[in-house]
Amino acid sequence: MKLVLEAVTREVNGESHLYSMSMALEPGLNVLLGPTQAGKTSLMRVMAGLDRPTTGQVLVDGQDVTGRPVQQRNVAFVYQQFINYPSLTVFENIASPLRLQKKFSNDEIQRRVRETAEMMRIGHLLDRLPAALSGGQQQRTAIARALVKQAPLLLLDEPLVNLDYKLREELRAELGQIFARRNAIVVYSTTEPLEALLMGGVTAVLDKGDLLQIGPTLAVYHQPAQRRVGEVFSDPPLNILPAVFEGGLALLSGDIRFPLPPHMAGLPGGTYWLGVRAHHVAMEAHLGREIEIPAWIELAELSGSETIVHADHRDGSGGEFHLIAQLSGIHNFSYEQQARLYLDPHRLFVFTASGALAASPPRTADQRKERA
Amino acid sequence: MQKTVNHRAWLLVLPVVLSVAFSAILPLMTVVNYSVQDILGPGQRVWVGNEWFIDTVRNPDLHAAFWRNLLFSFQVLLIQIPLGIAVALALPAKGWQASLSLVLIALPLLIPWNVVGTIWQIFGRADIGLGGYFVNNILGLSYNYTLEPRDAWITVLVMDVWHWTPLVALLCYAGLRAIPDPFYQAARIDGARLWSIFWYIQLPKLRGVLLIAVLLRFMDSFMIYTEPFVVTGGGPGTATTFLSIYLSNIAIGQFDLGNGSAFSLIYFLLIQILCFVFYTAILRAGRK
Repeated sequence: MKLVLEAVTREVNGESHLYSMSMALEPGLNVLLGPTQAGKTSLMRVMAGLDRPTTGQVLVDGQDVTGRPVQQRNVAFVYQQFINYPSLTVFENIASPLRLQKKFSNDEIQRRVRETAEMMRIGHLLDRLPAALSGGQQQRTAIARALVKQAPLLLLDEPLVNLDYKLREELRAELGQIFARRNAIVVYSTTEPLEALLMGGVTAVLDKGDLLQIGPTLAVYHQPAQRRVGEVFSDPPLNILPAVFEGGLALLSGDIRFPLPPHMAGLPGGTYWLGVRAHHVAMEAHLGREIEIPAWIELAELSGSETIVHADHRDGSGGEFHLIAQLSGIHNFSYEQQARLYLDPHRLFVFTASGALAASPPRTADQRKERA
Repeated sequence: MQKTVNHRAWLLVLPVVLSVAFSAILPLMTVVNYSVQDILGPGQRVWVGNEWFIDTVRNPDLHAAFWRNLLFSFQVLLIQIPLGIAVALALPAKGWQASLSLVLIALPLLIPWNVVGTIWQIFGRADIGLGGYFVNNILGLSYNYTLEPRDAWITVLVMDVWHWTPLVALLCYAGLRAIPDPFYQAARIDGARLWSIFWYIQLPKLRGVLLIAVLLRFMDSFMIYTEPFVVTGGGPGTATTFLSIYLSNIAIGQFDLGNGSAFSLIYFLLIQILCFVFYTAILRAGRK
């Protein structure tokens, strides 16, 4: 199956929820990445046929299905809330889509439900009511309900967001494997960049109702077409530094200057935004080519075995920018402590003043291996 | 660590203790006191032990009032619960239409109970009442709630439905609005029909509010007094003499305090037991 959206828009009461969007989805995993209000849910509802696009067309295998109601489309949907029929047992919940289709024998239903339940590891809970399950088990039931139909289009709208951290990791890993074995178009929305990276496949980055970029997940991560894509696809947030390029040098505020590294060398002079991900900001220099930036520590937060440091760079003439560094290990800093942060110029993204990608860091063979 | 004892807390509870003592405990204890004595006059009383209780339990008029009241309560539940659910389902979900219909629906609940009785007393009259005139002269049916026991019963029942179905409807409406939209979407994706959506999503999700609605309506209708008192005064004959009307006839009409007190205590106990039965039955039904 192939799902194509052609210039799809959606307006509700004069308010645009989706601006014109076109994309073609193939079987495999497709991640919709964007902050809240990006239009992920609106887009998935249009894909499913729950909502009709205001303009544009939805094509399945070349056939226009724009106005076709959802029950005739063979789709499955998983929500961030745990949606199960409250008065039906887990077994009956999973069986419900098959029963409503009225084309399966009882044996077939038994077989399929048990198989799917085993796959979701809720085989031992089939006689329970949803209310007697934990949140993770409830969502496993809801996902099993969606999987059992073997629909060619499976939509999951932030399915793990209401689960606690441990369960989320566990279920995410399982889901990745399950989706990989299916010949279905899986659309998975999330607000978390890390989740998109772990899921792989294709990622579409959305923001405020706009489709900013779509492509293989790693390609989008390493070559964000716009500054905003880089920002959406970075957690902790992407560091953005204003810079002026002049005669082979880049100037930051406070008279910090450095020669342009090879990947930026061809760029004409002018003002740019430099982007660098937090894990490429260090507190020590290792390579000898780093840019040294004096800054004052604002906040240091511990996140697992990492420390995320927020610091402000200020020069005397009012130029300032904020930097976030993600350091491995636990470090102690005090407020307004003076520090030196180091950026590797080879790891910088360059965006033009209007936000388009001008240069992205080269990917070394080492890194490619690391990602794979 | 040592617990600090702060006796000032007692001071804060004191007003509640006092008001509950005066409004509930004292009157109840007075009733208990009366129920074991025959009050002949001020200062004249005779200890009778459990005589009033035995009398009450064996009284055939009271048995009749009990069954009458039970039948009335079941009819009330049978009509008001489904009707309330239906009204709640039919109400618009949002917009000014929703606010307007909620206000209109809630109006009967805002009317004082004796006024409700007076409204229906006039409404049902064949000579000047809109309802009575309509049934008698336009539908051509003979209807007179002051003469016909059946008509009196129907009048009180319809009045109660008019007065209290809005409560059930409002409770169900709130329950329905609390169901997240994805439930309906999921059902649509499965291709479920309206009936399945009602049976598998809405009704199970309404269980909690329905439990409250059934309990409230049962208790209220089992204790109904003001409206039938105003409309029929318990008549004609004993056709609409419900338990509380019978009780007030004994205790206030005949000033038979001992008998009335014993009856009150039994009445109180009955309501407690029946509510408990309903409560556990509905909880069980949900768990199965």
